[in-house]
Amino acid sequence: MSGLSIRARLPLADFELDVDLALPGRGVTALFGASGSGKTTVLRCVAGLARAAGRVEVNGEVWQDDARRICLPTHKRALGYVFQEASLFAHLSVRDNLAFGQKRIAPAERRVSHDTAVELLGIGHLLDRSPDRLSGGERQRVAIARALLTSPRLLLMDEPLAALDASRKQEILPYLERLHDELAIPVIYVSHSMDEVLRLADHLVLLEQGRVRASGPCRELLARLDLPIALGEEAAVLVDTTVAAHDEAYQLTRLAFAGGSIQVTRKALAVGARARLKIQARDVSIALAADNPSSIVNRLPARICGFAPAAHPAQCLVRLDAAGTPLLARITRLSKDQLGLVEGMAVVAQIKSVALVG
Amino acid sequence: MDLTHDDWSAVWLTLKLAGLVTVLLLIVGTPIAWWLARTRSPLRSVVGAVVALPIVLPPTVLGFYLLIVLAPSGPVGRLTEALGLGALPFTFPGLVVASVFYSLPFVVQPIQNAFMAMGARPLEVAATLRASPLAAFFRVALPLARPGLLTAAVLGFAHTVGEFGVVLMIGGNIPGKTQVLSVQIYNHVEAFEYAQAHELAAGLVAFSFLTLVLLYRFGGARNTSGFGS
Repeated sequence: MSGLSIRARLPLADFELDVDLALPGRGVTALFGASGSGKTTVLRCVAGLARAAGRVEVNGEVWQDDARRICLPTHKRALGYVFQEASLFAHLSVRDNLAFGQKRIAPAERRVSHDTAVELLGIGHLLDRSPDRLSGGERQRVAIARALLTSPRLLLMDEPLAALDASRKQEILPYLERLHDELAIPVIYVSHSMDEVLRLADHLVLLEQGRVRASGPCRELLARLDLPIALGEEAAVLVDTTVAAHDEAYQLTRLAFAGGSIQVTRKALAVGARARLKIQARDVSIALAADNPSSIVNRLPARICGFAPAAHPAQCLVRLDAAGTPLLARITRLSKDQLGLVEGMAVVAQIKSVALVG
Repeated sequence: MDLTHDDWSAVWLTLKLAGLVTVLLLIVGTPIAWWLARTRSPLRSVVGAVVALPIVLPPTVLGFYLLIVLAPSGPVGRLTEALGLGALPFTFPGLVVASVFYSLPFVVQPIQNAFMAMGARPLEVAATLRASPLAAFFRVALPLARPGLLTAAVLGFAHTVGEFGVVLMIGGNIPGKTQVLSVQIYNHVEAFEYAQAHELAAGLVAFSFLTLVLLYRFGGARNTSGFGS
């Protein structure tokens, strides 16, 4: 059976962890939630580092099944684990760190070669160094390569960027995106950074106090108003687009999606390439008609499908539907009343800026 | 230098004893240290206290009870007799056994500290890289605990070289068999041979001083957390 199935119950200090998840057997699943919501514990249960009651199955392989009294020890589970902090063995060189796991796999089962992993993470020039001569970002890249070299059937990543500063994060994220695009290994990625989730995740699981608040494709979950992610400063939606055309005169690129198209500053992407856009609620405003002049280039006809309170009492969130593509707009309650916005109304969504997230 | 034949044989005996005891202590002490560092058993405090007893007990007390236990009429003595090993008191093997008990805490504690400082994480990392618990112990825990093992070996050796009370109780003062350096110094002082006592004593002071200097230089302020951070 394809897919990941994780059922785990474990009493923790403040609450009981109780999750029952069915996740896609490919792509990146983000476990998202506040600190102390049980994200890491779920990961540790999947890895067998923590012992919860339940069942873990990974693309047909049963790692734990209490009903059948099966529970493989961690070293018998074909997984890769990237810890939050640097976890390289200080007594081994980078090369020996990489070999540590790989040499324990039967040669026939090695699906990721040393060269592939080294090239993918860009660590060829570091091989003969000792871990204490690496920067934080380099260390984490080596740790990821080391995990990949065990040819895991599931890659578990516990906030691999949390211990790094912003510029180091930017240094690693492209490697993680390549991982996602080039290897067919399912990943469970624990994070409390919406930015990382938006860039990497296909599937999103929202954890709250040890329980699953929501689980589903990233795009669908982000546009839901009833979830706490919509409340934060970072409320945003993702739109998957393809590059439709380039406008060389104005140096713009047109990205097409189900609900229309959006123009962005000229990107070095081939026509037909996929591009994921993040559109933040605070960058979307609402106009009643398309004909009033404005400097905003991207204006999409949309229908209002609901309202929700925003973090600040002066504001509210509006959920819009642009021919099938969900959008979020954050406006003041004053404008809502002045424009007389109600559910079902046809309006124009004005998008001030978008960000390409991969 | 005018060391007598007995002096030299005491020096040689002492080095032989300390070397052998150090090897045995590392073999016996490492598993105990591992268990003490990792267990959550309620027996931990009891075992820890037993191991540490020689630190606070007068060596004569330890030697006295070892003498009783190892004597031909004692429980262990009867066993060694039955096994054809004979009685251990007043023999070199008896000294070895007594010294292992006496120096055990000085070996267990540095190793235990090293294991505790590295924490569980390196072993978890090893497990996620397919290493069995045994492989994780030998390939990760032991190499990472090397500074602790080094400290333990040096302390175990030096402490055995310097023991007196236990040796006197269990080994007596038999030249060439159980007459070690510290006892020989005592003999010289008893006989008012201060010059010879000086030579041996000053040698011991120099040895101990050098040992500690080396220990502080190479074993002391090392990163034992297991990760190069």
